[in-house]
Amino acid sequence: MDIVLEIKNLRTFFYTGEGVAKAVNGVGIKVGMGEILGIVGESGCGKSVTALSILRLVPYPGRIISGDILFDGINLLQIPMAQMRQVRGNRISMIFQEPMISLNPAFTVGEQLMEALRVHRKISKAEAREGAISMLKMVEIPDPERRIKEYPHQLSGGMRQRVMIGEAFLLDPEVIIADEPTTALDVTIQAQILDIVYKLTQQRRTAILLITHNLGLVAETAHRVVVMYAGKVVEEGPVEAIFENAGHPYTNGLMQSIPVLGQSRRQKMRKLYEIKGSVPSLFDLPMGCPFNPRCPSCKNICTKEEPPWCTLGPEHYLACWLFA
Amino acid sequence: MIGLGIIILNILVAVMAPWIVTHDPMKIDIRNRVSAPSGVFFFGTDDYGRDIFSRVIYGARISQYITILSVVVAAVLGVVIGAIAGYYGGWIDNVIMRVMDAIMSFPAILLAIGIMSVRGGDLYNVVIALGFVYIPRFARIIYGSVLSLKEKEFVEASLAMGNSDIIILFRHILPNCTAPLIVQATVSLAYAILAEAALSFLGLGAPPPTPSWGNILSDARNFMVDAPWMTVFPGIAITIAVMGYNLFGDALRDFLDPRLK
Repeated sequence: MDIVLEIKNLRTFFYTGEGVAKAVNGVGIKVGMGEILGIVGESGCGKSVTALSILRLVPYPGRIISGDILFDGINLLQIPMAQMRQVRGNRISMIFQEPMISLNPAFTVGEQLMEALRVHRKISKAEAREGAISMLKMVEIPDPERRIKEYPHQLSGGMRQRVMIGEAFLLDPEVIIADEPTTALDVTIQAQILDIVYKLTQQRRTAILLITHNLGLVAETAHRVVVMYAGKVVEEGPVEAIFENAGHPYTNGLMQSIPVLGQSRRQKMRKLYEIKGSVPSLFDLPMGCPFNPRCPSCKNICTKEEPPWCTLGPEHYLACWLFA
Repeated sequence: MIGLGIIILNILVAVMAPWIVTHDPMKIDIRNRVSAPSGVFFFGTDDYGRDIFSRVIYGARISQYITILSVVVAAVLGVVIGAIAGYYGGWIDNVIMRVMDAIMSFPAILLAIGIMSVRGGDLYNVVIALGFVYIPRFARIIYGSVLSLKEKEFVEASLAMGNSDIIILFRHILPNCTAPLIVQATVSLAYAILAEAALSFLGLGAPPPTPSWGNILSDARNFMVDAPWMTVFPGIAITIAVMGYNLFGDALRDFLDPRLK
């Protein structure tokens, strides 16, 4: 596998009045060329902050404390801002969660797409217009010549998310970060959107970082999965291995808590599994493994020392004392 | 709508002034001093025999030229200042906005008088004085809008597209502030007409022979009882203009603010 993006030991902390929130605490992720990598975890586990750290868009009062983000032989955390802007949108772009508010209401769809093209490429207005129209065709928006003259409020949510996806693919980037790209859409539209993303990825060999807490989505689209908990990667592996042969107690809990249609009746109204307790405060993480207060198979050592990185199968790793 | 009509009429009169007037507004005619309104002198004449009608018509030109120019100056500077303070925040915000508060804490007319007495009576000094006095109003409005707009996702999205701060601020955020800005500008025009008249009335506006509305009033104040037409007509002109801008400003606010619909 050719690595296109590698995150090494990333730490992003938020310095607030109440203390230091360790949102991302030593994350390491590799993304292969043309690979769809799912990053899953509960709200607040640090998946979005990891994504924002890649583009160096961590909002105040957050700061990237340490780590390396290697992309095409350069360390994104060490280049000057001007060079970083050359990377953003052009070589690594992002699809945001809320299509309703991610487009500027004051400009037409076409103007926004054309601007994106003209920021990074020296091309004429007419060429940019051509590019915008052909991109809208790619994301299957009917009648793109008319649509590019419309304002975001004239488009439906699914339509707007397609425009956002088009904008992300517009400059043919190597990596696209999709932060909950379908959360704000209804289920039928979700499927269409994913279909488009999947097709474009296959055509262009674009790597996708699919950040979500929707496990069904990951099972369907991702090649590999990274599971995060409390700012750390707890398990990573090929999607089949994670879904069928998860090792980490947290991943196991997640898998068991997926409701399956029709199952409850067969199993005589069995109660849906839940992971006991709640996510630890990022200000005050427990000693040792961050999952130990909720872990059903917690051992003595789990509360004292951080678990080592163990191998469970081919390409399948996890951080847990049970496998050490 | 009435407001817009009045404004269009006013601007037309100002632009067409040379073709509307019946006399040279500056020409002194000793034989017809202080004559009452008649078929020849529609609004009468003043103590130098100058035709009030022609002076009021030219006044529409001078007064509105000054006020529009000063509001434009105030708006441009205020928008830039407010936008920078709102977008960058932190100590820049504090320094800029406290200076704006300091300017605002002076009564507007008093501050304008102060500036005029330092710089001397000249048409463009009036523009500078009024422009300076109205900067904080625009800065405040834009500051508030930018503060809320910069948290919007489309700003983050445009950062992620590789745009620089300047582009984001001026090309993406400011176009979303136009509604409150336009309303503020029209309302400020009304205030500026009054302020210009007040400055001229106090002898601190455009230098005397220039027929601005305030100047005409100022010249006429000694004859208020004996020759009321000398004060009434420029007074009416000011009232109509101010009312026009105010009505238009209110109508615009209702039109542009979706919450009031």
